[in-house]
Amino acid sequence: MIPEIGHFALIIALCLALILAIVPAWGAWRGNSVAMALAPSLAIGLLVFVGISFGCLSAAFLQDDFSVKLVASHSNSLLPPIYKFAAVWGNHEGSLVLWVLILALWAAAVALFSAQLPLLVLSRVLSVMGVIAIGFLSFSLLTSNPFARLLPGAPVDGSDLNPLLQDPGLIIHPPLLYMGYVGFSVAFAFAIAALLGGRLDASWARWSRPWTNIAWAFLTLGIMLGSWWAYYELGWGGWWFWDPVENASFMPWLAGTALIHSLAATEKRGLFKSWTVLLAIFAFSLSLLGTFLVRSGVLTSVHAFATDPERGLFILVFLAVVVGGSLTLYAFRAPAVSSRVSFAWVSRESLLLCNNVIFLVATLTVLFGTLFPLLVDALGLGKVSVGPPYFNAVFVPLMALLVPFMGLGPVSRWKQDAVARWRSELAIPAMAAVVCGFTLPLLHAPYNIWVALAVLLSSWLVLGLARDFWQRRGRLTTGYCGMLIAHLGFATCIIGVVATSQYSVEHDLKMRIGESKVLAGYEFRFVDLAQVRGPNFMADEARFEVMRDGVLVASMSPQKRRYLASGSVMTEAAIDAGLFRDLYVAMGEPVGSDGAWAMRLHYKPLVRWMWLGAILMAVGAFTAVLDKRYRRQRDVVHSRSEAALHGA
Amino acid sequence: MHPVRKQRLYLVLFIALFSSAAIGLVAYAMRGNINLFYPPAQVVAGEAPAGRPIRVGGMVVKGSVQRAADSLQVDFQLTDFQSSVPVVYTGILPDLFGEGQGAVASGVLNADGVLEATEILAKHDENYMPPEVADALENSGYDLKGNQKGNAK
Repeated sequence: MIPEIGHFALIIALCLALILAIVPAWGAWRGNSVAMALAPSLAIGLLVFVGISFGCLSAAFLQDDFSVKLVASHSNSLLPPIYKFAAVWGNHEGSLVLWVLILALWAAAVALFSAQLPLLVLSRVLSVMGVIAIGFLSFSLLTSNPFARLLPGAPVDGSDLNPLLQDPGLIIHPPLLYMGYVGFSVAFAFAIAALLGGRLDASWARWSRPWTNIAWAFLTLGIMLGSWWAYYELGWGGWWFWDPVENASFMPWLAGTALIHSLAATEKRGLFKSWTVLLAIFAFSLSLLGTFLVRSGVLTSVHAFATDPERGLFILVFLAVVVGGSLTLYAFRAPAVSSRVSFAWVSRESLLLCNNVIFLVATLTVLFGTLFPLLVDALGLGKVSVGPPYFNAVFVPLMALLVPFMGLGPVSRWKQDAVARWRSELAIPAMAAVVCGFTLPLLHAPYNIWVALAVLLSSWLVLGLARDFWQRRGRLTTGYCGMLIAHLGFATCIIGVVATSQYSVEHDLKMRIGESKVLAGYEFRFVDLAQVRGPNFMADEARFEVMRDGVLVASMSPQKRRYLASGSVMTEAAIDAGLFRDLYVAMGEPVGSDGAWAMRLHYKPLVRWMWLGAILMAVGAFTAVLDKRYRRQRDVVHSRSEAALHGA
Repeated sequence: MHPVRKQRLYLVLFIALFSSAAIGLVAYAMRGNINLFYPPAQVVAGEAPAGRPIRVGGMVVKGSVQRAADSLQVDFQLTDFQSSVPVVYTGILPDLFGEGQGAVASGVLNADGVLEATEILAKHDENYMPPEVADALENSGYDLKGNQKGNAK
């Protein structure tokens, strides 16, 4: 019964989305305020019904209702309850319901927290989100119904969740990532609303900026979690593979980064207006493209579920409609919103422009590398794959080019600045950065030129920020602090990525109990091997003791698990995490007849810094949203009611 | 020239210069960093180049996986049920690698026609088959178990 309620709720949600897409938009066109005023309640209704549907699906998973096909093929009665819940989105159909749920969440949030938004704009924004909801709800209902039953002949037990996905990372990685992906739909909806209305001013930028920041922050966290998950769960210590699906989430991030910077110029100076709109369209289109790449099964990836081509076609058509439609609208309406403001070359505007050009080029090169294999395949020229060397060769120089401008950015002034002023402001940070670049890498032998370069660039960034922070002390805004934290995060990330790639030591070898191996000064000793039993798996567990200079630093227990329901085997790496280095041990397989195992040992310095950096970036973006200029309106309302309270 | 227009001209020049530099970089990076996929039949027929990175995918032949006694070297054969390619790899195999399962090996073909693999990819879950392998099998006219298509009752 519950699954049928869920299915029914999804259908009602589709009807509400249809009304939301048509009625308020019609109202906005004809100036009918009654129709426009329907938008917020419809958005909330959409959330309620998608929420009911999602709740029913979760209930089916938690109650082990194996007559539901989805539950039977992705869950098992032995699965710990928390993973039963995570299994809801650990598959194609369920992850789509999550997608729609988060879209409804964003739409409802816009409806609730936009008291200062004119009704005309609000109704257009929500209508656009309604259109997107129609696309995904009908996709879910028509091609991937999550509530399909296996009746008669329901299995006694399910065939289990893919063991790779039985992990705390999976519980939060997809929801966070979707919060980001789907969050760009708000920026997109604001952009389309601006095009429809033909009006795009500073207040428009002030409305859409917090939403974009929040979405970007969630996307940052989602990508970071994915990278961290891959690091400890895939069992080979890699943290970024330039896998097409990783790229699918990374491209909206890159475009989104360009967008939040160009929004800054639009808000403060009324510049780059049509460009900002185009970036908003671009960022969301890349989110949709990412969904297509991941969900269509055209790619070989850990994220690709077994799917049929009909689904891919559906998303492709939807993508074409959304992108084509919005670009056509843009072509007709962009002149109405373009800006006629000039600025000098030596100014913050041109630095933001550099940011935008670099991020856009980075997005396009990643896009090219990701789509190239599909293109070649479609042309019948064979099946190629574009590997990490390509991406590293194009991406790393671009990011290195970015940092010199980033150091100047915060110090620079809007409209017109002077090179002489930059020189006097930044001479000391520049010299200090050179000194840091030369000396800090001496801490880790052997001396590495790439690490030196990374330290040079990031200390230029950090010291420039420090200098600027010192000058502005006493008159700091929350928005500025957000920028500061996010840029510090970027610097941290650079150091983490470069140091880990350059300094890591990795060794695969055959080991017997009692043998040891020295890696970067750490002696890994294989002490013991035992059989252990988990809730739904059996495992061989090795025990390692790691000594440094005769002192025990860590005791580590990697596992090789065999899951009972599916019989699949999985590596559970043991990690001794630290701020300055990680030690990593993963078990391969038994080799030979004398009880030896293939083992993978890693020493990874500063690997945590890149995730720490990503967290700082997200914290920075959230902080910036708290700036008081974004809630001036609400404060006015608030203080008014407070005054009334005290007066009474 | 009008200052706004002049500014726009510089802007266009800047973007043009920068993007051509980027395109140059992309073209440079694409050389040598893409590798083609070959089904076993084409490799055995000599259509795959030796000494260049390629990928070969198929099913791991049952009984062909052999571990060396004193190192992490492993030998096995990949087949599309028409022809088989011998593969040698040193290192730890992915968890879902197994005899009778699909796998993709990337590496370089040596003079003896053995693929010296640097990376082995296996499928990620029970129901999933790398698209290249599925295609290779489709073309060879056999199903996943090695039965000729059309012969099934």
